[in-house]
Amino acid sequence: MSSTISLKTEFVKGIWKENPVMASLLGLCPALAVTNAAMNGLAMGLATTFVLLSSSLMISALRNFIPHQVRIAGYIVIIATFVTVADRFLAAYLPVISASLGPYIPLIVVNCLILGRQEAFSSRNGIGRSLLDSLGMGLGFILVLVVLGIIREILGSGSIFGVAILGDWFTPWMIMILPPGAFLTLGILIALANWYNDTSRSKDGGVVS
Amino acid sequence: MTEENPSQAQPEQPEIPKKPRVKPKKDPRAKLYKPETPLILASSPHFHTRDTVPRIMWNVILALVPATVLAVVYFQWAAVGIILTSVSSALVAEMLVNRVKGEAFTIPDGSALITGLLLALTLPPSFSLGSTALGSFFAIIVGKHFFGGLGYNIFNPALLGRAFLQASFPVPMTTWTWPLTARYADVDGVTAATPLGLFKFEGISSELSGLLTGNISGSLGETSAIAILIGGLYLLIRKYADWRIPLSFLLATFLVSGVFWWISPESYPSPVFQLLSGGLMLGAFFMATDMVTSPVTALGAWIFGAGAGFILVIIRLFGGLPEGVMYSILLMNAFTPLINRYTRPKFFGEIRA
Repeated sequence: MSSTISLKTEFVKGIWKENPVMASLLGLCPALAVTNAAMNGLAMGLATTFVLLSSSLMISALRNFIPHQVRIAGYIVIIATFVTVADRFLAAYLPVISASLGPYIPLIVVNCLILGRQEAFSSRNGIGRSLLDSLGMGLGFILVLVVLGIIREILGSGSIFGVAILGDWFTPWMIMILPPGAFLTLGILIALANWYNDTSRSKDGGVVS
Repeated sequence: MTEENPSQAQPEQPEIPKKPRVKPKKDPRAKLYKPETPLILASSPHFHTRDTVPRIMWNVILALVPATVLAVVYFQWAAVGIILTSVSSALVAEMLVNRVKGEAFTIPDGSALITGLLLALTLPPSFSLGSTALGSFFAIIVGKHFFGGLGYNIFNPALLGRAFLQASFPVPMTTWTWPLTARYADVDGVTAATPLGLFKFEGISSELSGLLTGNISGSLGETSAIAILIGGLYLLIRKYADWRIPLSFLLATFLVSGVFWWISPESYPSPVFQLLSGGLMLGAFFMATDMVTSPVTALGAWIFGAGAGFILVIIRLFGGLPEGVMYSILLMNAFTPLINRYTRPKFFGEIRA
């Protein structure tokens, strides 16, 4: 169907140009809620990417068998299955991270990012393309969550991935590990990204890269 | 000066005859228009007062002088350090933003100076200078320029900076010391709860004379009701602040807290104490009246002040914090666009729908 777009483009678009958080503002709930530490962001990103990849695989394979009228219900069942797998896996092998992420792992079911990719992409494209698209989107999601987590952890706790890097002179900014810090950081990141896009676009002479 | 003027006028003279020479040949409509006597069409307002942004801002700074001077008298070097840090970092932040945005330097308009000064006056005297600078940067960069600069900000930048500091450093932001001139003058700063905190957590009420003169623990510029009133009245008389906002703010605080006090004088503080304590005076005269973030209509100003007073009493009596001036004003700031919309005056002859 969409064979005019190269496979590389399908993969790369999710990382910057159509980044799920920065450009489409999808998946904001986990992006804001769990990124008070870099490790949490990474774990959340990996779990979401796993669910995204596996459900894209299933849905693109089954896209001609799922009746159009009940497709959303079908997608949710498939997504919920993989979320349960991820949830139980984390609880069994990484109980500390599972405890710190709390209800946000089961809540991946309702992550608009995943449902959005199924509805907009996997249900209309073949398995290969869908997997590439999901991988790109997943990587973009991980990237944003880890960057958010790193910034908030440095300023809010003075450490990165649990390793203290700032000395005693630094007074942690409590706000950064609280919800307002998440909104502030994400807002500033999006503003910077838009600013960068605008300035680089005007250099190209108005062409959207 | 006398030598420069003729030299500046000379290069302009050859330019003026050039324009009519080119235009009539190209455009036949040029008959209708004579560039020598232009008709100037400008949108309203057509009458101008002498008020400009810098003029208003410098008057506000003048009005803040009594409170600033008393802060220095009571808290001495601690106050000097915090005020200088806050103001200078506000100016540096403003300059940095100007540089990044590539616009003209806006420091001379005085607004950044006010933001820095107001922020300093709301901070406790023992607050660290590094955090003060951080709050100032946040106030200017996020509070003011992220929203588009002076005139576009939704929230009062100084209060936003204070809210940021309150959320970031909750313990230092609520650690108060007695003024050096107060009872423990020989000690180098003694921590003590503010009158509001004393009442809320220990049920002790303070003497009103201390609240008036400011010889109590509290933020730098909020302790003396008299000093703020002098500056505030100056602003009102010169019409640089809408008198309705402080009046309705104070009146609503007085009435709402009066109702609670009337119901149970033992458990709720008296309305006079409510009026004079905490940052209410500073907030009502200098922060709620910020022209950018308060409603423009007369009715809107009444609603704004009354709402802030109501929220303030609710926070003070039932909230987790002893003081709520900052949050009450910020909340009403958020309502300002709505208030403006619903209190828009009717056109003459407009039929009520």
